[in-house]
Amino acid sequence: MAKEFDLNEVEVWDGNYAASQALRQAQIDVVAAYPITPSTPIVEGYGAYVANGYVDGEFVMVESEHGAMSGCVGAAAAGGRVATATSSQGFALMVEVLYQASGMRLPIVLTVANRALAAPLNVRGDHSDMYLGRDSGWIQLDAFNAQEAYDMTLCAFKIGEHMDVRLPVMVHQDGFTTSHKAQNVTPLKDAVAYKFIGEYVPVNDMLDFSRPVTHGAQTEEDWHYEHKAKQHKALMDSRSVIDDVLAEYKELTGREYKRVETYFMEDAEVALVVLGSSVETAVVAAEELRKEGIKAGVVAPRCFRPFPFDLVRDALEVPTLKAVCCMDKSAPGGAMGALFNEVSAAAYTTNARPMMTNYIYGLGGRDFAVDEAKRIFKEQKAHADAGHITTNIQQFSGLRGPKLGFFETRRG
Amino acid sequence: MSTGVLGTDKRGIRELGAEEKVGWDEVTEGVVLNSFEGDATNVVHQKAEERNYADFSSYTATVASWRIIKPVYNRDVCIDCQNCWVWCPDTSIVSRDKQMLGIDYDHCKGCGVCVEVCPTNPKSLLMFAEAEENDAALANWPEKKKKEK
Repeated sequence: MAKEFDLNEVEVWDGNYAASQALRQAQIDVVAAYPITPSTPIVEGYGAYVANGYVDGEFVMVESEHGAMSGCVGAAAAGGRVATATSSQGFALMVEVLYQASGMRLPIVLTVANRALAAPLNVRGDHSDMYLGRDSGWIQLDAFNAQEAYDMTLCAFKIGEHMDVRLPVMVHQDGFTTSHKAQNVTPLKDAVAYKFIGEYVPVNDMLDFSRPVTHGAQTEEDWHYEHKAKQHKALMDSRSVIDDVLAEYKELTGREYKRVETYFMEDAEVALVVLGSSVETAVVAAEELRKEGIKAGVVAPRCFRPFPFDLVRDALEVPTLKAVCCMDKSAPGGAMGALFNEVSAAAYTTNARPMMTNYIYGLGGRDFAVDEAKRIFKEQKAHADAGHITTNIQQFSGLRGPKLGFFETRRG
Repeated sequence: MSTGVLGTDKRGIRELGAEEKVGWDEVTEGVVLNSFEGDATNVVHQKAEERNYADFSSYTATVASWRIIKPVYNRDVCIDCQNCWVWCPDTSIVSRDKQMLGIDYDHCKGCGVCVEVCPTNPKSLLMFAEAEENDAALANWPEKKKKEK
């Protein structure tokens, strides 16, 4: 029997430690892991809990991240509660197996400390790895600080393991900015946290010898499409379960989370749409600008997948809203940023139909501070006052060299 | 193509792909396939023809059409050494109580490994064109080879 961990009412934890404590409280059967910066302390901490008797499960050291996720898939198919952690290049190496996990409907939890992808090699935080996972069929939750890294990790188990969902879940936090920044975190007692998640209930587990099953079957053109459609529907339908679990978590903790967080949007004229630790930066900027009379608001998708088309649309359905800038912290690879594309599609179905622009920012850990957020808000205000987009649609924040931008509006 | 002791069970009862196609709402979650109908707790103690294989078990599907050459088995030469049974990559050598019974032509892919590992002289398994009748193949079985001095 695992020992109880003595916790204070308020602990000083960084995001990694918060995630590893949540994993410990989930009493996972198997963690198969291969450490990588900046997520290393998650599995390092977990390994220490195992060694010191705080976890009953198995910790499997493997030869690579591909092996780590493969071990997780095997253990989950066998019928266990399973989790691991990774970042960046390790995430990229996992990608093949991420699709297996979701297609096999295995509710694995993957905690990700977001980091840039090489080349050039970079250990700092941006959202390249999170974006790389966006078509993988996983639920992707985004924590903006250490407390949320803890909270979202607990919720991830309950969401993914729900009988109407049975899908793997990633919990993202920003590498270093969140993963290594110590903050006040209010944890639950071990028994309370475990009771919230509940006992693991296996489905189609390979260790049920009364009902042998084949996992990982091959399907060709006659079956593949139906299976992918069913999987997609499960992911789309997980939205209501996510809402329910977040509501239940609020009942337990008083901390309220939504699939899309909104700040000052009720009467906003201009807005930024942001992810991760930049949300708090944008909120501080909006607060300061409101004192100057600029009605600034912030929209922050907490749930990146399934993409909350419904709630993003609701958030942007504001009669006063004129200009919205979507902030993408990932090199877009010859396109507009993914957040811009997806939020714009949702905005196009609103009556408000605000002007939409895109900033690429923060690549490889480039700092994004309140002053820059305010400058971008003011640029949106200039669009709103002019009645048309006054800059290129895609621009680059915090970039040295000649001004870089792409595409101009034909509205106006 | 099932013959002999396994001729009456569910082995190879339909072509692979001839199964009933259902819509996305009826496919299994996670592409999981059940191997058996009902409780299979003691299935390990049952012989294949006694097991209640499910429709989506590969056992019930025939893939004989994948093969262009086939092994033919000659009972008169076989010494029941079980080499072919051990080496067959598709468990398509049917053997009971260490006595070789024949080939599972529903699942044999015609790879020829059984012929390669057969130690008798002449061999008890030889490859023939798929279209050739087994009786004709057996009628023209080669003679024992003499050792060259």
